[in-house]
Amino acid sequence: MIASKERTVIFEVKNLKKHFELSKGMFKKQKTIVRAVDGLNFRVYEGETLGIVGESGCGKSTTGQLMLGMLDATDGQIIFRSQDLATMNKEELRKARRDLQVIFQDPFSSLNPRMTVEELIGEPLIVHGIMKGKELRAHVLELMQLVGLREHMINRYPHEFSGGQRQRIGIARALSLNPKVIVCDEAVSALDVSIQAQILNLLNKLQRELDLTYIFIAHGLPAVRHISDRIGVMYLGKMVELAGRDDLFNQPLHPYTHALLDAVPIPDPKLRKEHDLIEGEIPSPSNPPSGCRFHPRCPYATDKCSKEEPEYREVLPDHFVACHYPLTEVAKRPVPSV
Amino acid sequence: MTQITEPAIKVTRKPKSSSGNLIRRLLKSRTGMLGLIIVLLVTLMAIFAPFLAMHDPAKTDIMNRLVPPFWLDGGNMSYPLGTDNLGRDVLSRIIYGSRVSLLVGISAVLLAGAIGIVMGLLAGYYGKAWDFLIMRLVDSFLAIPSILFMLIVLAVMGPSLSTLILVLGGTTWVVYARMVRSETLSVKERDYVQSAKAIGALDFRIIVKYILPNVISSFIVIATLNVATTIIMEASLSFLGLGIQPPDVSWGLMLSDGREYIATSWWVATFPGLAITITVLGVIFFGDWLRDVLDPKIKD
Repeated sequence: MIASKERTVIFEVKNLKKHFELSKGMFKKQKTIVRAVDGLNFRVYEGETLGIVGESGCGKSTTGQLMLGMLDATDGQIIFRSQDLATMNKEELRKARRDLQVIFQDPFSSLNPRMTVEELIGEPLIVHGIMKGKELRAHVLELMQLVGLREHMINRYPHEFSGGQRQRIGIARALSLNPKVIVCDEAVSALDVSIQAQILNLLNKLQRELDLTYIFIAHGLPAVRHISDRIGVMYLGKMVELAGRDDLFNQPLHPYTHALLDAVPIPDPKLRKEHDLIEGEIPSPSNPPSGCRFHPRCPYATDKCSKEEPEYREVLPDHFVACHYPLTEVAKRPVPSV
Repeated sequence: MTQITEPAIKVTRKPKSSSGNLIRRLLKSRTGMLGLIIVLLVTLMAIFAPFLAMHDPAKTDIMNRLVPPFWLDGGNMSYPLGTDNLGRDVLSRIIYGSRVSLLVGISAVLLAGAIGIVMGLLAGYYGKAWDFLIMRLVDSFLAIPSILFMLIVLAVMGPSLSTLILVLGGTTWVVYARMVRSETLSVKERDYVQSAKAIGALDFRIIVKYILPNVISSFIVIATLNVATTIIMEASLSFLGLGIQPPDVSWGLMLSDGREYIATSWWVATFPGLAITITVLGVIFFGDWLRDVLDPKIKD
């Protein structure tokens, strides 16, 4: 991890909100507002990997899309290198997108089946009018080599490749514009475990060689742990905890993070222990619980938790948490109410 | 880091020349080949009609009316497929009729397809007001009985080959618009369209390079089937007197002319009917093959 002094902020997210309106009923228009992302504050530093984890529906992918400028925020700011994405016009946004690229989850649906590898990887450069013809082909070959694809594959179509190779094509396509930030939206979730490791290693290598900043979105902690410098945990559109990887794993402060860590399967029967599994389903983001959103499922919840929303604050250096009773040794947790 | 160790054998593939590839794949598909041969033969027949026909297709010969085909009693080689109720040579009329039927069938489908694809893409991709307006237009076209609509337009504009094509194309585009719209709705949600947006591609590029190639195969199947329907629709319009006007001839017109004599002189209606069937089959075979060729997933 980079020492805090020399860190430059590349992304500053302030009070970011994204609400989706759903209307139900044909005559009585009932409007339901889904608060997919509801007040996020965090920073991304240049050259780091920020992992974002959470259950499905917690708003992590929406956050990624907002940061790519592919969705418009309902409220709040996303400041990318000192410019707010929301204030950019179409042309500026198009230019900013050269620096902001994405790697998708499913390599089987993220590549146009009617394009060859050359077209897929070279297209971003054509779109932005940077290169064409022989120069482009040479550049595509270079990118292919960079991500571990062999030259002779250049004229093939996506269906001729395996999942891991397809993800390499997707990575090469994302890299072609020489971006600063890559949002990896569940980039390895759809792959076999052995292939996951290869792709994660490739991403690590590319980060070192090309000075990339990653925002790595995933629902599983192991993959995030492997690659991230810092990890943010989201729950129902809120960031509940954000800390350096080791801090988060060694000393989780939020009960939700604790439960998530507990739920990671350990591939050794001798080390198995009783889990305090959290019960219940994730509530609907259209009707989130009052107070702390985690309180209905939290083993330590008190009255205060159901009434007052906890503030998102820096409890330890570089360790943010939104909880009234963070699980520090200092602050003694209250006796479980149940 | 872990690197995939791939087989050491370097597979050298020549970049495929697309035309050579096409012919190779055509030769492999028997039905595709058959379809192409039929379509080519009918096209050649249409082009070289004056050289192929033994008689003037419009020349009546009352003395020789309803002569049976040559292999039946009373038939002769001068009229290989017999004559109709006015003594016109059936074979020569089929040869000349191919001109109208092919022209109407194919151009009306192309016209309808062009309108339908554009409308369907706009409605499906842009949604909202575009979708609402275009789909209501489609609904109203579907609500009006199309034969009635075509008859009115033909009666007002006067029947001619070009109005016939316009009318047929102008009413059948709705089928394609609906189909292309629904396919577009599903394709535009796929990740690869999102990826095109992420690289900053403009709408036009996304529609032409991402949506269109992925909806075109269903279109081709429906369009080739509709060549058949269109040839038959032309026949019904001609039958009702607002299609092809004598002395011009089309297969549909022949079919309706022969209807009255089907019990006594079956050949008058049967041979143009066979011509329609064979041509339509050829077009369908060809269309199936074309769809396969356009899909990179289906090879060999």
